[in-house]
Amino acid sequence: MQEFIGLAYFARYPAVIFDIQRGGPSDRHADAHAAVGHRDLRLRLHGDTKHVLLLPADPHECFEFAGLSFDLADRLQTPIFVMLDLDIGMNEWLSAPFAVGRLARLDRGKVMGFDDLEAGRAFGRYLDVDDDGIAYRTYPGTHPTRGAFFTRGSSKDADAPLHRGGSAYVENMQRLQKKFRTARNLLPAPVLGRTHKSARFGVIYYGSTAPAMEEALERSRTTARCSTSCACAPSPSTTTVAAFIARYDKVFVVEQNRDGQMRMLLVNECNVDPTSSFPFSLRRHAHHRRFIIREIAAGWPALTSDPFRKVIA
Amino acid sequence: MTFITKPTFHHLKLAPNSLGYTRRDYEGAVSTLCAGCGHDSISAAIIQACFELEIPPHRIAKLSGIGCSSKTPNYFLGSSHGFNSVHGRMPSVLTGANLANRDLIYLGVSGDGDSASIGLGQFAHCIRRSVNMTYIVENNGVYGLTKGQFSPPPTAAPRASAASSTSTSRSIWSACRCSWAPASSPAASPATRTSSCR
Repeated sequence: MQEFIGLAYFARYPAVIFDIQRGGPSDRHADAHAAVGHRDLRLRLHGDTKHVLLLPADPHECFEFAGLSFDLADRLQTPIFVMLDLDIGMNEWLSAPFAVGRLARLDRGKVMGFDDLEAGRAFGRYLDVDDDGIAYRTYPGTHPTRGAFFTRGSSKDADAPLHRGGSAYVENMQRLQKKFRTARNLLPAPVLGRTHKSARFGVIYYGSTAPAMEEALERSRTTARCSTSCACAPSPSTTTVAAFIARYDKVFVVEQNRDGQMRMLLVNECNVDPTSSFPFSLRRHAHHRRFIIREIAAGWPALTSDPFRKVIA
Repeated sequence: MTFITKPTFHHLKLAPNSLGYTRRDYEGAVSTLCAGCGHDSISAAIIQACFELEIPPHRIAKLSGIGCSSKTPNYFLGSSHGFNSVHGRMPSVLTGANLANRDLIYLGVSGDGDSASIGLGQFAHCIRRSVNMTYIVENNGVYGLTKGQFSPPPTAAPRASAASSTSTSRSIWSACRCSWAPASSPAASPATRTSSCR
């Protein structure tokens, strides 16, 4: 499976994979809520790869991102991962209605047809004619004499034939890198929450943590008045997220895994100071509001002045 | 000579088939396999077969796994789309392509190591599913691309090996009504096979 994904990445084949994240191997207990795969999927699959991840927060975003993922896969010619978790998949949610209409038209991306080939347009399967790292492709059987290619993983030149030279490999990798810079403009932007003027710490959250996090943020705004929020919807490596992290004294990364995988990605890809962000503690079940406030309070004592439950005399 | 582009000129009286294609229209790039490799003979046979069957080259999709055998689709049917996929996983890639476009003719090219070891699961299941394809096993008896380690299937073609092979391997190969193309000489010893591959 991993080798296939790496091959699709290098050979520029579109694919969509829905990753229902959970903690650990199957032990007949489907209640270990977790968001655990993005570090490995982003960086560590087969080969020198990097992948696009979409991180929906609720069933409505799952629906939206499902439609978007197929468009992105064709447009970017690469595997797209929609990262769900058990909390979204197995529980009942209230969400906005699904808008089916916008999914009716598929974006197939850059495809060269018979007329283009017949007109003599230059075709090379990995030829970057638009300087965006994305090359045109053809469907099999399009033209009797033009547009066919026999392709493979990484050892190839811009026209697809086998090429084991170092320069061809480097150029191939640079085209992939350029494509991922292009991808940043096509992905949904992070959602920035309301910010208080005196806010000194920020919170980054994503996935099924969203409802509990919004409740916790509302609570902290009315009490400590010193927080802000940033819902990290798509893949993390955006300038918006980097600027958000740079703005505050501390940034808490609320996530559901042991090692702070999203935080690792943010530190690596946004080039931020590792001491400026904090991962969350591990829990077996999905986060809830009290747990989030308690965790933040442990790293930000100002919050502890407000008791979680007020004693009624 | 493998670094040059294959010349396209041919004899003026080279006979075309009823579609107007000559045999040369079914050729691919210059082979980079070892001189004398039996795989090139199989490529030549595929070219001749497609020419005689009068199949438009661009209506064929050629898919392969990994290995010397799986490099060969580069050397025939140059006007066909193709994909050099994952070791032993050609059947699933071909099955997916077949589901997406049922109008093409699918040619799967694999080797003895690619089909009978790492890819045995996929090999067996594509037969069980009756995928509409031609599956060619180019059997040279070794892993040629990795310098000649012995491959798992019987040391010769199924009929010849039936007496000496285990019942399991007999049943596997006898169950496969696929093309079986021995790429090595039946008389060749394992040592000579090894030395003929790199």
